[in-house]
Amino acid sequence: MPFLITIYYSFQDWNLARPEERSFAGFSNYVAVVTNGAFLPALWATVWMTGLSMILSLVLGLLFAVLLDRKFRGQALARTLLITPFLIMPAATALIWKYSILDADSGIITLVLSWFGLPGVAWTTDFPGLTIVFTLTWQYTPFVMLILLAGLQSQSGEVLEAADVDGSSALQTFRYMTLPHLRTYAELATLLGTVLMVQVFDPVNIITKGAGNTKTLPYLLYERAFIGQQIGEAAAYAVITVIVTIALATLALRNIFTVFTEEAKD
Amino acid sequence: MATATATPTRSTTAPTRPGGSSKFTQRKVSGYLVTALTWVLVFIFIFPVLWMIVTSFKSEADAAAFPPSFFFDATLDRYAEVFRRGMGLYLLNSLFVSVGSTIVVMALAIPAAYALSVRPIGKWQDALFFFISTKFMPVAASIIPVFLLFRTLGLLDNLWALGVLYIGINLPLAVWMMRSFFSEVPRAVVEAAQIDGAGYNRELWLVSLPIAAPGAAAAALICFIFAWNEYFLANLLTAVVARTTPPFLGSFVDGRGQFLAVLSAACTLAVLPVIVAGWLAQKRLVRGLAMGAVK
Repeated sequence: MPFLITIYYSFQDWNLARPEERSFAGFSNYVAVVTNGAFLPALWATVWMTGLSMILSLVLGLLFAVLLDRKFRGQALARTLLITPFLIMPAATALIWKYSILDADSGIITLVLSWFGLPGVAWTTDFPGLTIVFTLTWQYTPFVMLILLAGLQSQSGEVLEAADVDGSSALQTFRYMTLPHLRTYAELATLLGTVLMVQVFDPVNIITKGAGNTKTLPYLLYERAFIGQQIGEAAAYAVITVIVTIALATLALRNIFTVFTEEAKD
Repeated sequence: MATATATPTRSTTAPTRPGGSSKFTQRKVSGYLVTALTWVLVFIFIFPVLWMIVTSFKSEADAAAFPPSFFFDATLDRYAEVFRRGMGLYLLNSLFVSVGSTIVVMALAIPAAYALSVRPIGKWQDALFFFISTKFMPVAASIIPVFLLFRTLGLLDNLWALGVLYIGINLPLAVWMMRSFFSEVPRAVVEAAQIDGAGYNRELWLVSLPIAAPGAAAAALICFIFAWNEYFLANLLTAVVARTTPPFLGSFVDGRGQFLAVLSAACTLAVLPVIVAGWLAQKRLVRGLAMGAVK
């Protein structure tokens, strides 16, 4: 429902600072969005930061899931510790990474680099996009790991034993049995993770304020509406953002329902 | 609970074959190595959290020192400082709005989910789809009308109004999760209750809900965590009186002097409740977050 109002606003010429001069604007807001040059960089920033974070989360998540899918002392404790980053308030994550881990003068990364005789890097000012990617990856790796771990543990032990008896090496079993089995789970994790990450706002607002090409679509919208006070134009951004997200979400939901209906058939 | 939930995983150390004792020790050694590697990676991965906690006990001078000191005089002064800056109020606000909205959400979600799971309406999948699709809608898409409405009604900086929004945001997820948990209650149990003459109400509150209780607890915890961590709406819609913890943290760094230790203390306080809650619910957390598609 609020979204319908957003669509209505997107056709209005409305600046909060001058509320009385409100009028119908036709498609001029959309024209402004496409032509003012802020939209495409924001779309690109959203896509590459989300994409890279998702890929890194998948790789790390798979690694941790495989490592945790064995019996060892303290396995439950290790899993418990690993999910912590996903629980932490994103605002706190952003602050800790910005000031405590990535700081160029006293950050932990600088310390590690100095062990190898390398100078510190001013991550937040020189590589703002990567900074966001680091925090997002750190946050979403546990999410991916939990889903993949559920996948690994649902694999039938008999099939694996049969492969072992047939002389399949551990690597072969992993490549030809486990990975195909994990595909559904990985797809699910990717789609859900992407939908969540596309909405990224907290680290952008706290770490970079959109500097250095890190303006994501949600941040751009926020800036237009509440700093620039251009309601109409911001609403147009919102409509476009939603269309992009819906495309992704439909994909995600269809996937969930496939899993879901298959489950119901059993 | 964390340790009790360890599921019976397949053993990857395959049964030893006859005559393979050297192979056995070899496997055992490599097993230890992998375990050690696992722990090293786990340590690196959660190091930022550990470091945050360690730093929160330092003095500002120690926290700013480079290279960082691993041995120092621990102090609680930073925590006192955090409360001097008024964090107590923000923590209480967060607690109020998170717990309050969670209670309302669960009170609404349990009957709704039960209706969907036990007495399927026509096209129940469509109803569920509608519930879930609202979850995927970026908050940004509806924020502008909501903000203007709140402004007109004078509801900005109002904790109750924020709570109502959180209820709206969390309700679909809670309904979805609870439906999935209710559908696992054995049909026979419910039918037995019906034969004994239980009405819908008794059937739900006295028969099904106790069975689905762990699931309900997990759903409630997830709603609590989302509300507690929510930054975007809280940042925009609250200012002084109703400010919650996340936007308070966001505006914590004022650029004056050294702040690392006190910032760490504030962050530690802010994340502790959720970490504890999440650890307790971890096993079901994943199912809720994956919208019930993963068991």
